[in-house]
Amino acid sequence: MFYREVGQFKTTYKADQSIFPILQDKIGIAVILLIAFIPIPMFGSDFFLNSIMIPFLIFALATIGLNILTGYTGQLSLGTGAFMGVGAYACYKLTTFFPDVNIIILVLMSGFFSAGVGMIFGLPSLRIKGFYLAVTTLAAQFFLEWCFIRIGWLYNYNNSGAIEVPRREGFGDVILTGAAATPVTRYLVVLSIVVFMTWIASNLIRGRIGRSWMMIRDMDIAAELMGVRPLYAKLSAFAVSSFYCGVAGAMMVFFWLGAAEVESFDINHSFLYLFMAIIGGLGSLVGSFMGAAFIWILPIIIRALPETFGIDINAATVEHINFMLIGGLIIFFLIVEPHGLARLWQIAKEKLRTWPFPYT
Amino acid sequence: MDILYKIFIDPFMQMGSAPDFLLQVLWSGFVAGTLYSLIALGFVLIFKASGVFNFAQGIMVVFAALTLVGLYSLGLPAWIALIATIGVMALLAIGVERVVLRKLVNQPDIILFMATIGLTYFLIGLGESIFGGEPKKMIAEELGLPTGSTTFEPFGGIVIIEHLDVAAVVMAILLVTGLAVFFNKTRIGRALRAVADDHQAALSVGISLNQIWAIVWFAAGIVALATGIMWGAKSDVSFALQIVALKALPVLIIGGFTSIPGAIIGGLIIGFGEKLFEIYWGGLLGSGVEGWFAYVIALIFLLFRPQGLFGEKIIERI
Repeated sequence: MFYREVGQFKTTYKADQSIFPILQDKIGIAVILLIAFIPIPMFGSDFFLNSIMIPFLIFALATIGLNILTGYTGQLSLGTGAFMGVGAYACYKLTTFFPDVNIIILVLMSGFFSAGVGMIFGLPSLRIKGFYLAVTTLAAQFFLEWCFIRIGWLYNYNNSGAIEVPRREGFGDVILTGAAATPVTRYLVVLSIVVFMTWIASNLIRGRIGRSWMMIRDMDIAAELMGVRPLYAKLSAFAVSSFYCGVAGAMMVFFWLGAAEVESFDINHSFLYLFMAIIGGLGSLVGSFMGAAFIWILPIIIRALPETFGIDINAATVEHINFMLIGGLIIFFLIVEPHGLARLWQIAKEKLRTWPFPYT
Repeated sequence: MDILYKIFIDPFMQMGSAPDFLLQVLWSGFVAGTLYSLIALGFVLIFKASGVFNFAQGIMVVFAALTLVGLYSLGLPAWIALIATIGVMALLAIGVERVVLRKLVNQPDIILFMATIGLTYFLIGLGESIFGGEPKKMIAEELGLPTGSTTFEPFGGIVIIEHLDVAAVVMAILLVTGLAVFFNKTRIGRALRAVADDHQAALSVGISLNQIWAIVWFAAGIVALATGIMWGAKSDVSFALQIVALKALPVLIIGGFTSIPGAIIGGLIIGFGEKLFEIYWGGLLGSGVEGWFAYVIALIFLLFRPQGLFGEKIIERI
């Protein structure tokens, strides 16, 4: 009843092609954005912003990046973490060279570096696919991790081997990064970048280039016969995907962690993003957000649960239960709903169209 | 010029001037290669019979080793603990088949692959909550594995060969021979090959897919146990082994996903290549190249032979 497009006629092609063709979707997204931009930063506690919202948004962006590659183009990648690392280290070097440039511009610029690296490691995808490609992305993962440790230039030869985020100001004298930046500022910056880049991604995917990615995913030989050039399609997918991952990685270090070592970009993190993409739904932008929320927020709830009920379990046990739960849920989702949370949401929307009078 | 000299001439000069050291390096490469082959063998077994790329093989190695050590520390004699561990691996195989594989029949390969990643996480959590996360000592002596070492003196130098490494190689040879006989001579082995060839055709002649899958996972579990014992005896049993087990992936790529001899030769290529490169060329790049060298070899191989050395030719149709 509430979610029914009856009576909404599209009179122009433009209206038909808009991102949210249905009025309810437009209202819904506007409400979500409004909540995200005004009440959350106003009333959210520092813990909520710092430990839940900021990482959630960053992970969602990384998952979108992975989704572009794995969900839309069908090229399985196990190297997301490393590509994020490239973005983070690139941003760190950029801000060392250009301390006066606004850090947000540098964060976005660092995406280009990871895009370049991603394209190099995407080259084998022209000849191989599936598991074989997964192994080449593993090569990227381990090789880049090694680079982050061994190439001292990347972290300015400091003794800790970690990159520490310097204090940077922008837009007048608002402190954007560094220890002095408030969670609210960082949250707003992250939110703006994520919203902007998600919008770009949704347009890319609906456009010609996105459709060519999906053709490659569905059947590459057939796509080639119909005039999609695999070279362009695959490499552009690798580039765009790595761009997103790189920006997410740079944001992760600059707006969330404050300092990072190789451990923040290791293979376990790569798996985590893959899980977010799977649970959210491969080939869905909404799913990327849902998956990131699920994988990131569920453990926080699990950690908080014993305290709320007054049960005394040590932290290590909770961590193990977490692992089992995530593993179990992945298997569960693959069995019950291989298309993830996004598909559940789609089913819910279809039900909502006629609810509460399904027979009218 | 200097760099060219360092890449193309200097390493070989070093090899020539200290042949005993070269032998030692080759031996350690050989042992590492055997262990990689053992892990890869587990992958190949499951891939051959069910087309599932079993990412969980690495954690199965850890899990089997931990179970063995854990049972022993409960006070069971070593041999009974070993038999009990085999029992646990059988239960795990049946469980995986019942809960995961049976529900995912006919799904795309990639879905099954991701399911095994999920299984990996589940087993990590389960293993850590039962046995704890800290590294443990493998009960090598109690199982009757030799521990000493023999010193040879060729070319006026010394080469130390640990008996444990010899045992690892012997065990690998026994396992491979055993599996080859099992695959080629027994009734179940024939059924396995039939399933690998064509699921539907195998079903239609009365082979039970579920049973076969459970058996294959059990066989992979035993291979995992053997690997876990040998690897655990060389270093401690810890969850870090699971990352080492990922090295089996490049081994598979070189050998081909479906070939047992391929897994062996691939493992040896990686083992030798990795050690030689680390010792003689690694210094040019800073140490620690072992971590990624195997993957890069695999990458180069893929560019020339996407199906691996012994894999079946990949034919794609619309």
